[in-house]
Amino acid sequence: MIGALSLLPFLWFVLTSVKSAGQITAIPPQIMPAFHADFYRSAVSEHGLFRYLANSVIVAGSTTLISIAIGALAAYALTRFRFSWARSCLMLLLAISMFPQISIAGPVWKILSHLGWLNTYQGISAAYVSLSLPLAIWILSTFFRELPYEIEEAALIDGCSRLQALRKVVLPLAAPGLFTAAILVFIHAWNEFFFALIILTNSNLQTLPVGIALFPGEYTMPWGEIAAASTMATLPLVVLTLLFQRRIIRGLSAGAVKG
Amino acid sequence: MAKLAVRNLTKTFGANAVLREISFEVADGEFCVLLGPSGCGKTTLLRLVAGLEEASGGMISLDGQRIDDLPPQKRDVAFVFQSYALYPHMSVYENMAFSLRLRRLPEDGIRQRVREAARLLEIEGQLEQKPQELSGGQRQRVAVGRAIVRQPKIFLFDEPLSNLDASLRASMRVELARLHRRLRATILYITHDQAEAMTLGEKIIVLHEGKIQQLGSSSAIYRRPANPFVGRFVGSPQMNLIEGRLDEKRAVFRSGGLEIDLSEALSEGWEGYAGKALTVGIRPEDLLFAGRDDAWAQAEVEIIEDLGSDRFVHLRCGEMELLARIPAHMAVNRGEVIRLTGKPSRLHLFHQGKRVQ
Ligand SMILES: Nc1ncnc2c1ncn2[C@@H]1O[C@H](COP(=O)(O)OP(=O)(O)OP(=O)(O)O)[C@@H](O)[C@H]1O
Ligand SMILES: [Mg+2]
Repeated sequence: MIGALSLLPFLWFVLTSVKSAGQITAIPPQIMPAFHADFYRSAVSEHGLFRYLANSVIVAGSTTLISIAIGALAAYALTRFRFSWARSCLMLLLAISMFPQISIAGPVWKILSHLGWLNTYQGISAAYVSLSLPLAIWILSTFFRELPYEIEEAALIDGCSRLQALRKVVLPLAAPGLFTAAILVFIHAWNEFFFALIILTNSNLQTLPVGIALFPGEYTMPWGEIAAASTMATLPLVVLTLLFQRRIIRGLSAGAVKG
Repeated sequence: MAKLAVRNLTKTFGANAVLREISFEVADGEFCVLLGPSGCGKTTLLRLVAGLEEASGGMISLDGQRIDDLPPQKRDVAFVFQSYALYPHMSVYENMAFSLRLRRLPEDGIRQRVREAARLLEIEGQLEQKPQELSGGQRQRVAVGRAIVRQPKIFLFDEPLSNLDASLRASMRVELARLHRRLRATILYITHDQAEAMTLGEKIIVLHEGKIQQLGSSSAIYRRPANPFVGRFVGSPQMNLIEGRLDEKRAVFRSGGLEIDLSEALSEGWEGYAGKALTVGIRPEDLLFAGRDDAWAQAEVEIIEDLGSDRFVHLRCGEMELLARIPAHMAVNRGEVIRLTGKPSRLHLFHQGKRVQ
C-alpha cells in the first residue's frame, strides 16, 4: 500500500511524459495519455537530454568506482589491523557524514576553484567521493567485520600475500556488501543536485537533476519535457536496482555460512 | 618433511604472559601432541609456529633454518583450524587446489594431487560441492585435504576433532593416526582431550599456565607424571591426590584416617622427607579393596557408577573423597564400609609440586 502510494507521483509523470501537448493543460485533467513521443523528441533535441544523461552516467559511475575502491581498502584496514583508534576513526567518519552539505559547500567550491577543477568531471566526482566515502566505509566495514578472520589467515598460510588474500578471498565474500555500498553511492551521486548546481555551471557538463531544473525558460514551463526527462532519469536506477538485487541476494546466501 | 625446533619461545599479550620460555623439538616424521587445559596457550603456540602471531622472544626453526621472521606464506606450513576455515565461495576441489594454483603448478598436477588426497580422505564424491553443503565430518576432511595436497614441511592441527560428535571423533582419531603412518608427516597437534593425546601422540607435551609441565611418550607421562597437575590431567578417571605428611621416625605417610607404608616406595631416601608435607597420587584402577590387616584405611561406599565393563566407586574416608575403579563382577554395595590398599610400586609421590623417587 505504502509502496503503491509512493509510486503514484512516478506513475503520474511517466503518464504525463507520453501525453500530447494539449492533454497536459486540459481541464479537467485527463488520466489516460495519448502515447505521444513528442516530449521525448523535444527533450532530446531542444534541451539536450542525452548530454545530461551521459554526464550523469560518467559522474555517478566514476564516483562509485573510486568510492568503492578507496572505501574497500580503508574499511579493510580499519577492521583487520589492530589499531587502538580504529573505533574512534569509524565514529569520526559517522560524525563527518552527518554534516549538512551546505556547511561544506563553500570550502569545497574554494578548493575546487583553486585546483581549477570547477566545471570538470574530476571536480564534481571528487566532491561526490568525499561525500559518499564515509557511508561506503561504514557499510563495507560492517561486512568485513562479519567475515571470520581465520578464513583469511588460511589464505595467508596457503601462500597468499595480504593483497592476494584481499582479492581472492575477502572481496568475493564481501561481494554483497560491495554491491550494496556501490548502489547506494551511485544513487546518491545520480540524484545529487546542490553540488552539481554550484560546481557545474557549464551546461555541457551538467548532470540530469541540474539539467532538468534548468529546463524552464523565462516564460515557459515545459511540463511534458520535464516529465520525459524525469522518466529517463529514473529508469536507469530502477533497472540497476533490479539487476543488482539478484547479485546481492546471491552473494548473501553464498557468504552467510561460515566455512 | 622436516624437523621443528622451538627455543625459549615467549609470548605476552600486554601484561599477560601466555607462553613462557617454551623449548621443544618435533623430529622428522613425528606425531607430537600438545596437550593442555583450555586457555593454557596452545593455540597461541601453534599460531606462533605458523606465523599468524609474532613472538615476544625466542626462536623457531624448521630443518635448522630460522622461520620466526618469515611471513606465514613463506614458512611452508599447513594449518588445520578448529573452525576449519574453508573458503565458503569455493567448491571442495577449489578449496584444495587453491594453494597449488597460487604456486602456479600445472593444472594436470593439481588435479592429480587433489584427486589422490580426496581418495585418501574418502571425499571424492563431494569435490564439486560447496563447504556449506557438507556435514561437519566432511568439512573436517576437506580441511585436512587442503593441508595434505600442499605436502608442507609440517602440519599444524588446532583441535581438529573438537567440533565433531563423540563417535565421529573416535573414528577420525584412528583415521588420523592411519594417515600419519602413511604420509610419515611431521605433525604438531593440539588437543585438550587426554584420550586423543594418548592414542595419537608419539610424543606428548603437557602445557599448563604457559609452561611445559612434562614432555615424553604417552606411557611415560601416564606412568611417571612429573607433578600433581600432569597426574590429574592425564588419565581418566582422574588420579586421586592425597595431601598429608610423612612420619618423623618411620616411612609412614598419614592423612586423616589414612596411613600408608612408604618404606618400599621411598626405600632409603625417606629420611630426607621425614616430617615433611607430601602428596600421594594413586590412580583409581590402582586402588584395591583389601581383606587383609595391612589396609591403608577404611572407607564408606557413597556412589557407584556402573559403566558396564567396569565400575567407578566413590568412597568417603573421613574428610577425603576417593575414587576407585573396579571390575564389574566385583560385589560392592552402597553404604558398605570397605578396606583400601594398593601396590607400593603404583604410588606417585610428590613433594612441593615435583615428583619424588
Ligand atoms: N589476540 C589476543 N589478545 C590478547 N590475549 C590473547 C589473544 N589471544 C589469546 N590470548 C590469551 O592467551 C591465553 C591463551 O589463549 P589460547 O587461545 O592460546 O588458549 P588455548 O590453550 O588454545 O585454549 P582453548 O583450548 O580454549 O582453545 C588466553 O588467556 C587468552 O585470553
Ligand atoms: Mg585453542
